[in-house]
Amino acid sequence: MNLLDKFDPIVELRASLPFEKADPFKVVIEEVISETEAIIGGRHTILAGTNNYMGMTFNEEAIEAAKKALDDFGTGTTGSRVLNGTYGGHKALEATIADFYDMNECMVFSTGYQANLGIISALGGKDDFVIIDADSHASIYDGCAMGNATIVRFKHNDVEHMERRLKRLPADAGKLVVVEGMYSMLGDAAPLKELLEVAKQYGCMTLVDEAHSMGFCGENGRGIAEELGVEHLADFIVGTFSKSVGTVGGFAVSNHPKFDVLRFVSRPYIFTASLPPSVVASATASIQAISRSGNRRAHLWENARQLHSGLKDAGFSMCTQTAESPIIAVHLPDVMIGTRFWEQLLEEGVYANMAAPPATPAGMFLLRISVCAQHTSEQVSEIIARFKRTAEKVGLEV
Amino acid sequence: MAQTATLETIYGLIGPLNKKSVDLTPATTFASDLELDSLTVMDLVADIEDDFDIILPLNMLPDLETIGQVAEAVETIVAKG
Repeated sequence: MNLLDKFDPIVELRASLPFEKADPFKVVIEEVISETEAIIGGRHTILAGTNNYMGMTFNEEAIEAAKKALDDFGTGTTGSRVLNGTYGGHKALEATIADFYDMNECMVFSTGYQANLGIISALGGKDDFVIIDADSHASIYDGCAMGNATIVRFKHNDVEHMERRLKRLPADAGKLVVVEGMYSMLGDAAPLKELLEVAKQYGCMTLVDEAHSMGFCGENGRGIAEELGVEHLADFIVGTFSKSVGTVGGFAVSNHPKFDVLRFVSRPYIFTASLPPSVVASATASIQAISRSGNRRAHLWENARQLHSGLKDAGFSMCTQTAESPIIAVHLPDVMIGTRFWEQLLEEGVYANMAAPPATPAGMFLLRISVCAQHTSEQVSEIIARFKRTAEKVGLEV
Repeated sequence: MAQTATLETIYGLIGPLNKKSVDLTPATTFASDLELDSLTVMDLVADIEDDFDIILPLNMLPDLETIGQVAEAVETIVAKG
């Protein structure tokens, strides 16, 4: 029995995609020119699919802090947070995030994926229920699979559908509702106020993942919960350093008085090495910079609106009616057009993401752009122009 | 073996999704016989939940391959109240 045979249908599916000149799963970024430009396949390319929303990857303070931490503390901690892997920097980063969110407690994880994995798997015990949105990120599904709770799924962003399910659960059981502030594929925001209010009405604890909304939503950039004034309804907020913060890692914040015990029971927190001191230092500097970045936030939203209206005016089928986030996605009719569009767009010098099932909802083929606060409005105009040119070349009627 | 009434209700819910007009029996499978993709299965699960006023936990789904298995699981959950 060959253990890899079961993946043959995936190999076939992959082989059936008509890529000729490039492969979205094998893109190599050869040289990074700035937050918004790189050399790919020898070509000067505008980066429009890197989730680098706030453009912090070359923030001078973050780079300086990382260099100093490298010199002072070395390349890595070689240990778990609960053994030798907690340095002063890790505690300072946790204090910085707790302060940024105006919460009492913060745990830093080695990736955003592990933050969801670690919190959800630890909270969801044998007799508990975890209630999730159907379009949840893989890290949420995997956190559910790793824990022992009973998992209940409701239709994407459907408050009434969620409520019908909450009604059927035992009133006295432990219940955790998990939602995202912004969904990463279509860039659609959750009706967070209604979701959290109903969850609280049914005695649930709540977790909000702000991975794709931290940095630019809300007055201080804390996310959708801040923007909608419902942070008091979120028992746990989870986030990542690999998008707006511009490095790697994840966190969870809470005001729960017993939150700290999770450090002793969350396996994805314990059984892995902690973040390198240089990453910790750059994350700390970057979050401090983000908290002072009102202008940058404003420019990011201008870019998102300019791109959305430019593509909409050109006749593209938009996934959201307005720019709800810096994620701007367009529908493409099928896998053939989707594949050729992505490939031709790269040839035109724009890197965006092709998204196909199962990563997308309802079997959709999408071209997904993530706008950066450091894109100039000229670059955004150029992205729109190249989209139009690509549509003509691949025969997409818009 | 699940009761006829339970099976009939489930056949009714599958009806609109049965594009190839496959004969529905307790042994019919969702993946190979009906060729339902995971998203359609998700909608079907939601419909079954709402019709019987129950929760079919996500954890149970990998073990439910046939209509008969789903009907039996539904009856067990209904009996538990």
